[in-house]
Amino acid sequence: MTDQAKPFEHQHSAHCESGVISSLLRHDGFQISEAMAFGLAGALTFAYIPLVKIGGMPLIAYRMPPQHIIKNLSKRLGYKLHTEKFNDSAKGMQALDAYMAQSKPVGLQTSVYWLPYFPKEMRFHFNAHNLVAYGKSGDDYLISDPTIENPVTCNTQALQKSRFVKGMMQPKGLLYFPENVPQQVDLAKPIKAAIKANAKMMVKTPVPILGVRGIRMLSKKIRGLAANHATNEAHNKLFIGHVVRMQEEIGTGGAGFRFLYASFLQESAQITNDERLSTIATQLTSVGDNWREFALNSAKMCKGRLDMDYASLADQLLLIADLEKAVFEELLAL
Amino acid sequence: MDKNDVPQDKVETLGGLRKAMYAVDENGKYTLVPSVGWEAEETVLNQAIEEFERQCQEARARVTAGESSPLEFHMYNSRMDVIVLAQSTGFFKWQVKRHLKPAHFSKLSPKQLLRYADALGISEQQLKTLPVAQ
Repeated sequence: MTDQAKPFEHQHSAHCESGVISSLLRHDGFQISEAMAFGLAGALTFAYIPLVKIGGMPLIAYRMPPQHIIKNLSKRLGYKLHTEKFNDSAKGMQALDAYMAQSKPVGLQTSVYWLPYFPKEMRFHFNAHNLVAYGKSGDDYLISDPTIENPVTCNTQALQKSRFVKGMMQPKGLLYFPENVPQQVDLAKPIKAAIKANAKMMVKTPVPILGVRGIRMLSKKIRGLAANHATNEAHNKLFIGHVVRMQEEIGTGGAGFRFLYASFLQESAQITNDERLSTIATQLTSVGDNWREFALNSAKMCKGRLDMDYASLADQLLLIADLEKAVFEELLAL
Repeated sequence: MDKNDVPQDKVETLGGLRKAMYAVDENGKYTLVPSVGWEAEETVLNQAIEEFERQCQEARARVTAGESSPLEFHMYNSRMDVIVLAQSTGFFKWQVKRHLKPAHFSKLSPKQLLRYADALGISEQQLKTLPVAQ
């Protein structure tokens, strides 16, 4: 049996992009966890960008933009990322079929809205969802979607639609896989570099919309919502719900990726023999718990189970900002 | 988050699927724990869905009153807004806004109608009508 014909192993993951690329690397014989892929790519962030609107709501992100992980991880680990995009959707499907005929698993960028195996409630126009296609049976592609517990299938028409939607972050049929994957890499060095770069972004950013400063800016925004509560309550609730939705929506590992990154720090502590990373991982876990507390209170207020209290939500965010500042300053000082 | 604190609220929005959550086990080690969902998450997801449903209902009333074309209903029914619909069809925003008016919508060529129908994932016939209210 050739290397490529070995069966693809599906692994349930918290986040689509780190799940896909770590699975593809493991398939090529490079053992790496999802959390390690996420951390090495320096994918954690906070961004509050009022000028970019999605469905009338500002862009709020807890991780770096789509494709950041696949691009940066290849640089950190020193392999090549093979990518193909297509102007013609029929050609894009033919190219995919050629890989499927060789049993070559490939990563695909897709729109969640057109993937039939997601429940209707979860299908929104998010065009940067990643999954692995690893085979074809009749009209159905065999799909390993890391955010779904078991492998699924998707018919040709739906997959084509999903790969070739137009709009924000349009996939253009993006298909990718790692090439020339090394079997062994000393991870200690890239781990340190990745942690430094990520910590720098969180606490040393020159723009007020990123990292810890972004969290403070969002806090200020939420505090300010109190002023128009009487006339704008419904919209305010949608805004707060949106903040939480971006934090908890599928593929964050909960708490806006903080637990996922803490898991990376914990694993890194072992690899680098640096116990301090383990201690900081515990600290970051507690920051994640604070994010969850914030989400819980926000949801209760949106639902009317608790009285709406903008100031208390804003205070919670300020506390989170302080805690994150401490975590990333410590990481920067290592 | 402790392994035992991973929410297991059977939420309907996950449709029986389980999500992988990172949580800490009894030895303090991170591990993946499948979760059937979290109520807080379902609340904010439902809030977003209800907003689309509200827009759908309002659009339906406007279409029935002859103020809007069925396109407006189908846009919200497909969880889009003017921006997303413009991006996915290649029309300009101002064009989409015009096509939401019955007078302009009725003048659309079959080719233009097909662009909308494709982007919305419905047939041209469906695009021109309102589905029966549930």
